[in-house]
Formats: sequence, structure tokens, C-alpha cells
Amino acid sequence: MTTDLLASATPTITYAPPEGVFTYIWVLIALPLIGAAVLLSFGRRTDSWGHYLATALPIGSFILAIMMWLGLLARPSEDRGIIQHLWDWVFVGNFTANVGLQIDQLSLTFVLLITGVGSLIHIYSIGYMKDDPKRRLFFAYLNLFVAAMLLLVLADNYLLLYVGWEGVGLASYLLIGFWQYKPSAAVAAKKAFVVNRVGDFGLSVAIMAIFVSFGTVTFPEVFAQAGESSEGTLTWIGLLLLLAACGKSAQFPLQSWLLDAMEGPTPVSALIHAATMVTAGVYLIARSNPIFDGAPTAQTVVIAIGAITLIFGAIIGLAKDEIKKVLAGSTMSQIGYMVLAAGLGPIGYVFAIFHLVNHGFFKANMFLGAGSVMHSFNNQENMRRFGGIRTVMVVTYITFAAGWLAIMGVPPFSGFYSKDKIIEAAFDHSWAAGLAAMIGAGITAFYMTRLFTMTFLGKKRWTDDVHPHESPPVMTIPLILLGIASLASGFLLAWNGAIEKWLEPVVGFQHPEPPIPIPVISGATLALVILGAVLAYQQYRREVPLTAPTSVSPLTVAARKDLYGDAFNEAVFMRPGQYLTRALVWFDNRSIDGAVVAMGSATAGLSNRLRKWQTGYSRSYALSMLAGAFLLFVALLVVRL
Amino acid sequence: MTTDHYIALSAILFSLGAFGMLFRRNAIVVFMCVELMLNASNLAFVAFARMHGNLEGQVFAFFTMVVAAAEVVVGLAIIVVIFRTRRSASVDEPSLLRF
Repeated sequence: MTTDLLASATPTITYAPPEGVFTYIWVLIALPLIGAAVLLSFGRRTDSWGHYLATALPIGSFILAIMMWLGLLARPSEDRGIIQHLWDWVFVGNFTANVGLQIDQLSLTFVLLITGVGSLIHIYSIGYMKDDPKRRLFFAYLNLFVAAMLLLVLADNYLLLYVGWEGVGLASYLLIGFWQYKPSAAVAAKKAFVVNRVGDFGLSVAIMAIFVSFGTVTFPEVFAQAGESSEGTLTWIGLLLLLAACGKSAQFPLQSWLLDAMEGPTPVSALIHAATMVTAGVYLIARSNPIFDGAPTAQTVVIAIGAITLIFGAIIGLAKDEIKKVLAGSTMSQIGYMVLAAGLGPIGYVFAIFHLVNHGFFKANMFLGAGSVMHSFNNQENMRRFGGIRTVMVVTYITFAAGWLAIMGVPPFSGFYSKDKIIEAAFDHSWAAGLAAMIGAGITAFYMTRLFTMTFLGKKRWTDDVHPHESPPVMTIPLILLGIASLASGFLLAWNGAIEKWLEPVVGFQHPEPPIPIPVISGATLALVILGAVLAYQQYRREVPLTAPTSVSPLTVAARKDLYGDAFNEAVFMRPGQYLTRALVWFDNRSIDGAVVAMGSATAGLSNRLRKWQTGYSRSYALSMLAGAFLLFVALLVVRL
Repeated sequence: MTTDHYIALSAILFSLGAFGMLFRRNAIVVFMCVELMLNASNLAFVAFARMHGNLEGQVFAFFTMVVAAAEVVVGLAIIVVIFRTRRSASVDEPSLLRF
């Protein structure tokens, strides 16, 4: 294996104040935020044109991001970091946090993905949400989502990142529960929010630990000191950051919200799974690379979580019949790949981001494609009632095929370039991680082919009331663009090691040197992928029962129930929690309330007796006064004598 | 005439007033009994002042008179009002203000 002499395991980037186009970093966030503010505050007056405004603003951010990208390309690779200080935010004692934005290769990659894919999803939504009475609100939330995610990736310190982090959580809550009149959607939104809070707790404690250890929360200052810190400190911070990443990126054991999040409108699923939200956890780990590089234990846990999740998600994807749930399982699985890669250290960060970008394209493509299918099937999503759609929805069929080949990792589609690299890097770390990643690729091929065959190939199994037709151009044009990206992003970014050279100054890079030759790994992976695809095609191209079979293996039963993730949460957290609250309520009612009520009723009873003395007869009052005076007189006499 | 005689007279007058207040129903009579008790205490004040040869008891007697005068004004007004509404001056009659 040839080693690039320029490659460095540690970041080499330096940060400078902005000049030129980079003085407008804040505009990137401000544009979608303005969209959300206008649409939310001007209400129904914006119903007729609000969605066009909301679509134009992220496109504006995208154009600005392209200009910044060109600006960065003109600089030497070590000088591509810019920090724009906007204003002082918090200064208490020796704690300071500024509102500052940071552009470097890592941030800008995310900004381009978020605004680019986000804009396409906005355009698609114009068609998809055409008949929804709350379309304006939908676009307002989409803009809020994009703005929050941009703040998350552009923040130059952990505290401001946390603001974006929470903003993403809020926007996802609003969008997953967008059809809140459906109880399932309302419950799913609440579940996503609650599970995310668990991760957010990890992030907030991590920020506190970072401040206690380093005295600052600004990225460059923290990372400059990370090397001198003890391994124990870094391990704890790393594990807390991993908890945060698990929440946002739906990694085991906080994965349960992702499948329910399919209750939102389909463009939301595309936005959550491709451009925003679930990528935040990978960003957090990649951004905090100096912390993880100093904490091998935390890295091992990251790898384990990633490997477990990638198998976990793939198994769930095998058994689901709803097209969006299969895609959700695949997102879990693919994010698992990214987390695994991010846990590998400098040999993996680049590939994690590379796969994230590719995944952003092909997953948005497939979600929007699934939305296109569902749109013409009256919002049905049961794949057992699809089949043979290729003849009626040609554009959707072809673009979806590009996404399907990309996620399986068939060359020359994009997934091949990034997933193959991750598997190589995983073998460099250990046989277990490598084999998990390789087997995951085989299962991915099986369930994605199952989805593709059941939906687009085979015989028609449609219900009588559907009349499928191709979607309008406003929906198919984003599909075509994303289909092209699914095909091309892989080899364009991998061309001559472009992505490695681009990201290396921020996250560091080392060439993986697996114990077995790389062509063998690639060949074995590809063989597994083809095996999985052929098996699935053989099984599902013929008869598919219209209802799910009931006599199935225990593994299938488990996978249909999300591998008992919900059951586990209910048994371990929810039920004991309910018992605890019930016991506390009982205790509160009986003892605390009892004491309070007893005091009250004792006072009332006593006064009920005492008030009998208030007869209303003035002469009896006079008698009691006289008696009192007499008693006083006697008492005085007694004391005297 | 020693102080003891005055004090004995004062005690007798006070007791008469007290018993009258407790046993009579007519508001005017009760009122007069109250006045009787006040004046009994005045007598005691003045007697003690004379015994000690200073003016403090005398001053107190004046205060008592002022208070008694004010009380007469208020008390008689109340009695007149009660009599107008109830056609009776019995102190047992207005007993609504109770439990």
C-alpha cells in the first residue's frame, strides 16, 4: 500500500477572520430563517406565494455556499478555515461563549449537502404537498429545519452547536407530527422528541465536562488542549458525545424513534434521513475528532455501536412491508456504517463523510421516489400491493434504480466508492468490524432488491381503486437530479483522492492497510452483494402474497417488531417508570396529602366546636368577659400571696 | 371616712352594675349598668388619688368620663336604630350575629 507523504493523522488546519464572500457566512443561516419567520408570522396572507419564497431561500443559501466553495478552493488547503465572530453571547465569571460561525472543509461539505439536497426536497414538496391545506406551515417548518441544521454545522463552539441541535429536534418534532390529527403521527412526534432528549442530555453533560476540563467550549481552543488532556477525561467526554450522536443519528440503543418517524409526510423523511438530523451525530463525532483520537476506548465503543446498528437496521429492513419503513431501516444501517467509520479514527473520518454525502443523494432520491409512488397510490405504502410499476412510472423507476444500485454499492454507482472504503478501513481495525460491515452489505443488497422487486418489477398487485400515473415535473426533476447524483457523486468525489485531500486538513487522514489485500475485500463484498440481490430477485419476482405470511421464523417475527426495541424500552424504562410514578402518586395521596388534609380537617373540626360559643347573645359575652376578669383577679391574688 | 369606705362603695356599685348588666334585658337599663360600673371605677380612681396625694387617678377619672361620653353617643345611636327596626329594646332580640 502506498502511503501519501502529505497525509497527516492529525488536523493541520488554521483559522483566520473572514474576508470577501466569507463575511456573509451568517446569511447562509439567515435566509431560511427569514423564510420560516415570514411564513409563520404573516400567516394566511402568504398562502399563495409562501412556498415559492420558502423554496427560493435555501436555493439562495446553496448558491452562496457554492461561491464559498470556490473561494476555499482558491486558497491553500491549510488556510481554508474561517471563523466569523458575530457577537458576544454569554460571559459569566470565566465562562464565555460567543456567537461565532466557522467555515472549513467539513462544515462546507455539510452546508452544500444540506442546502443542495434540502432545496431539491423543497422543490419536490411544492408538488407533493399541493393539496394539503397546511402547505404554508409545512414549508415554514422545512425552512426552520434547514436553518437549525445549518446553525448546527456552522457553529464554532459546542454551546452554539447545541442551539442548532435543539432546533433540529424541535423542527423534526413539528414535521413528524405534521399530520397531528392522526394519533399515530402525534405519538411518533412525541416519541422522537423524548428519545432525542436522552441524547441531548448526553450532549449537555458533555459540554459541561468540556468546559470543566478545558475552560472553554470553542472548537479550536478545545482541540488545541485535547492532546494534553488525560485519556480518562477524553473517554468520558467521548462517550457522552456518542450518546448524543446515538440520539440524533438513531443509533442503537436510541434507534426506536426513526421507524415511527415515517408518520411524517414523505419529503420530511427525505429531509431527516438525507440532508439533516440523522447526519448530525456523524458530524459531531467527525468534528470532535481530536477528542476521539485521544480516547481509544470511546472509539471502540463507537465502532461497536456502529456495527451493531448497521446489522440491526438491515435486519429490520428485511422484514418490513411498508416501503418507507424499509428505507428507514436502511438509513439506520447506513448511518451505522458512517458511525463505524467515524470510530476508526483518521483512517475512517473521511470515508464517513464521503458515505454521508453519497447517502444524502441516494437516500433522498429513494425517499422522494417512494413518495412519488405513494402519491399516485393514494398514500398506500404496503409493497405487497405494488408491483409492476416500472411501466407506468418510468422516471421514478429509473431514478429509483440509480438509488438502489448506489445503496447496494454496485460500481460505478456512488455507494460502491464510499462503502467499499469503509469496509476496507474496518478490516484495518479488526476482523469483527470488517466482517460485520461486509455481511451488512450483503443483507443491504437483499432487502433493497426485495423492495425494488416488490415495488417496480413483477406482477401488478394493485388495489382496485388506484390509477398510478407519473408525478408532475416539479417532482420528477428533483428525482432526476438526485438520480444523476446517485450515479456520479461517488467517482467524482473519489477522483484522484479528491475527498481525502479536501477533508484531510480538518479531520486528518491515514490510508487503511487491511490485513488482506484490498481487491480481495472488494471482490468478496461485491460477490456478497450480487448473491443477496439475486436471491431476493429470485424470491420476490414471482408470487408475493397479498398479506404478510404468519407462519414465519422467529427472526422474521422479531424483525417485524423492530427487533423488540420498543418492547425493551417499554419493559425496562416505560413500565418501571410508570410503576414508580404510580407509587409516588399513591404515596403523595396517602401520606403527604393525608397529612395536609388531616391538619385542615382538624382545624375545621376544632373551629366547629369553638364557634358554638358565638351565641349572638351579648349578655353571655358580658358574662364571659366578667368571668375572665375575675379569673385574672384571682390569678393576681394567688401570685401575690 | 377612710379610703376603705370609698373602695367598699365602689365595689358595691360595680357589682350592682355587673349583675344588672347580666340579668336585665332592656338595652337602656343595661346601658345604665355599664355607666354605673364606669362610675364605680371612677370613684375608686379618685379615692386612691386622694389617698396617695397625687393627680394621676384624677386624670384617669377624666379619661374615663370622656370615653363614657363617646360610648353613650355610639351606644344610644345603636339602641335607637335597633328599636326602630325591631320595635324592641331587648338585648337578646338581636342575636343574628352568631355561628
